[in-house]
Amino acid sequence: MHAKRSSKHEIERYAQLFAERSERVKTSAMRDMMSITDRPEVISLASGMPDTASFPKDLLESVFVDMARHHSAELLQYTPTEGILPVKQRIAEVMAAENVRADVDNILVTTGGQQAIDLITRVLIDPGDTIITEAPTYPGAVPSFLSFQAEAVQIDLDHEGMRIDLLERELERLEAEGIRPKFIYTVPTFQNPAGVTMSLERRKRLVEIAAERELLVIEDNPYGMLRYSGEPLPTLRELDGGNFVVYLGTFSKILAPGLRLGWIEAPSPVIEKCNIAKAAADLNSSGPAQFLIESYFEQADWRDWVKTASAIYKSRRDAMLAALERYFPPEASWTHPEGGLFIWATLPEAIDTTDLLTRALRSNVAFVPGAGAFLGSTPDPRGRNTMRLNFSGVPEEKITEGIRRIGEVIEEQLELWRTMTGEHRSVKLDAPSKDDPAGSSVSFLAGRKMKRRAG
Amino acid sequence: MKVAVLKGGTSLERQVSLRSGARIAEALRKGGHEVIEFDVDQGLVRGLRDAQPDAAFIALHGRSGEDGTVQELLEIVGIPYTGCGVLSSIWTMDKAMTKLMLQRHGIPTPRFLSFSESAFKSHGASDALDQIDELLGFPVVVKPARQGSALGVNFAADASELPAAILSAFSYDDSLLIEQFVKGREIAVSVLDGEALPAVEAIVRSGNFFDFESRYEIGNTEYVCPAELEDSVANELAEIAVRTFELLGCHGFARVDFMLPDSGGPQVLEVNSIPGFTQTSLMPMAAEAAGISFEALAERLLASAHSR
Repeated sequence: MHAKRSSKHEIERYAQLFAERSERVKTSAMRDMMSITDRPEVISLASGMPDTASFPKDLLESVFVDMARHHSAELLQYTPTEGILPVKQRIAEVMAAENVRADVDNILVTTGGQQAIDLITRVLIDPGDTIITEAPTYPGAVPSFLSFQAEAVQIDLDHEGMRIDLLERELERLEAEGIRPKFIYTVPTFQNPAGVTMSLERRKRLVEIAAERELLVIEDNPYGMLRYSGEPLPTLRELDGGNFVVYLGTFSKILAPGLRLGWIEAPSPVIEKCNIAKAAADLNSSGPAQFLIESYFEQADWRDWVKTASAIYKSRRDAMLAALERYFPPEASWTHPEGGLFIWATLPEAIDTTDLLTRALRSNVAFVPGAGAFLGSTPDPRGRNTMRLNFSGVPEEKITEGIRRIGEVIEEQLELWRTMTGEHRSVKLDAPSKDDPAGSSVSFLAGRKMKRRAG
Repeated sequence: MKVAVLKGGTSLERQVSLRSGARIAEALRKGGHEVIEFDVDQGLVRGLRDAQPDAAFIALHGRSGEDGTVQELLEIVGIPYTGCGVLSSIWTMDKAMTKLMLQRHGIPTPRFLSFSESAFKSHGASDALDQIDELLGFPVVVKPARQGSALGVNFAADASELPAAILSAFSYDDSLLIEQFVKGREIAVSVLDGEALPAVEAIVRSGNFFDFESRYEIGNTEYVCPAELEDSVANELAEIAVRTFELLGCHGFARVDFMLPDSGGPQVLEVNSIPGFTQTSLMPMAAEAAGISFEALAERLLASAHSR
């Protein structure tokens, strides 16, 4: 039974065949865990889902009928790799609403914003190249960055977005080491996951830096149109005029994610390379999805749905902010986004949000632990105590209940922590009882409000 | 034979179970069985009553699948099922319970202490933490008592790291154990029909120990099977594995996980009553090394349903 010969198992045969880049993209306990959040009894504040249930069904029906009637042969056919012209014109129209004059020749229609990230990374990155992202960064971009073997340097952000002072310091440090980053990836408006928006001053400076150093800035702007308060800010693309900013857009948030349609708008040499990469990746984006865009823009004013959706999300954001105020402990802080889909909460350091999620799931509520938004060598200790909360996909009463349940499990964890460490609350407060939740006392609220508001 | 393969469920190891279950179902179909796959949910009992299978193959991991819950239901519905019965499922699912049994019967296992969450909440267990060094010596490993796949398992190099590790473990279960850290080789011995299969050694390429990611990521861990061991050590492992299997009242199959310290004899860490059957799982590897194909293994595991 105990043969001396040591044989490698069958598994090893496959292991030797894998490319290095696929070794770098890992499965994770968290990803598996997220698969049990889509049970109906779970209130999921984890997804980034727009509210498609409220989309007018009659309109959708007539759009489908129209596109079938007028474009059936074309929509069933292959389409040009760069996208059909009417869609590129509509994209230019959408960008014009944010004061950008885009030439249709500089636009490439992609299969969702995700492919836009993947293509631009594929085109620009050689293994070992350095890129710069925010900390935290959009977790969905991470697998693309890793699979093309980019070395990511992360720059902290605060309530005014990426810390440009830290960026400059980092660029100088890299320069001293002879490293020139290929691009700076940013979601400047209503950032995913942090919900913060880059200030005008920082936007201007970032665009200047890009021009001075001849670096590309990848401006990922899925949420820009979803503003619920405050004044709109110019996009980086507008400020830059189309020299060093590559703009990534999507129909997912202004229409529907199910279409899987996004776009890249970039200087000609860059868009040409992206076009070639796209041909290799999937030849062309879905024909039916593109013709649906054309019919939709003909039959409706696209801004109407953006307005409707924004009104829904605004009310949900307000519900979440109120619930956080009421049910989260005084040691916690969170962002106050003026738009977008997400709030980013930071808990006391004792709490690991990946562990917290398993506890929360027992109470049938889910969120996204923040750790996945940090790219340091594993395990990256940053973000361990953070979480992303989505407010767009769930109605108000469920948001309130979900936050209440999360608040409860946080409180459980903190209580346990205090019994072990003998630490006391950093703020002297009457502990809110379960029947008389925090927020009923005016002085309590005032005290708490002063404490938080971290960026 | 008409076989119900139970998989999925809502435990944290759902994805692992789906992979185990799918692979088993495929193997049983190849073996000529009629297979009905159940992603375990509220409709389980109803579904089983309607389908009237001749046997149930339990490919669930973790809570409710491995802890006796589903076994109990199958007893009630009267469907023969694979693997351990209710009581031994309960014993093996709980690492503290397993280790108490081992200790009592002289089977080597690292020293440990167990705590419930209520001991901390209501009985001041925190005040006993200063004795950990004296009783176990640092470093220690803190583990949830009933959770698989190394989820919630953390090291504590000294007393200052204990609270975080304890907090983490209690996220997965309301009871935990603090175990003396034994440095050595990680060896698993699967037992099939009361006999030990060749030992498998897991050598992790990166990271500290055999954690969740290294368990299920192809290429992350190097498996050596049979493990390179002296005959005497291999025999000792096999003998302890079988004794452990019998002691805990296991039936059909189970996997016994060991630590083989740099000096001294092997120590049992835990017993898995439903080990994984995925592409990277250890029991199928051990079977293959013993000349048992995956199809043949599935067949023998299934046979355990009728030999109880």
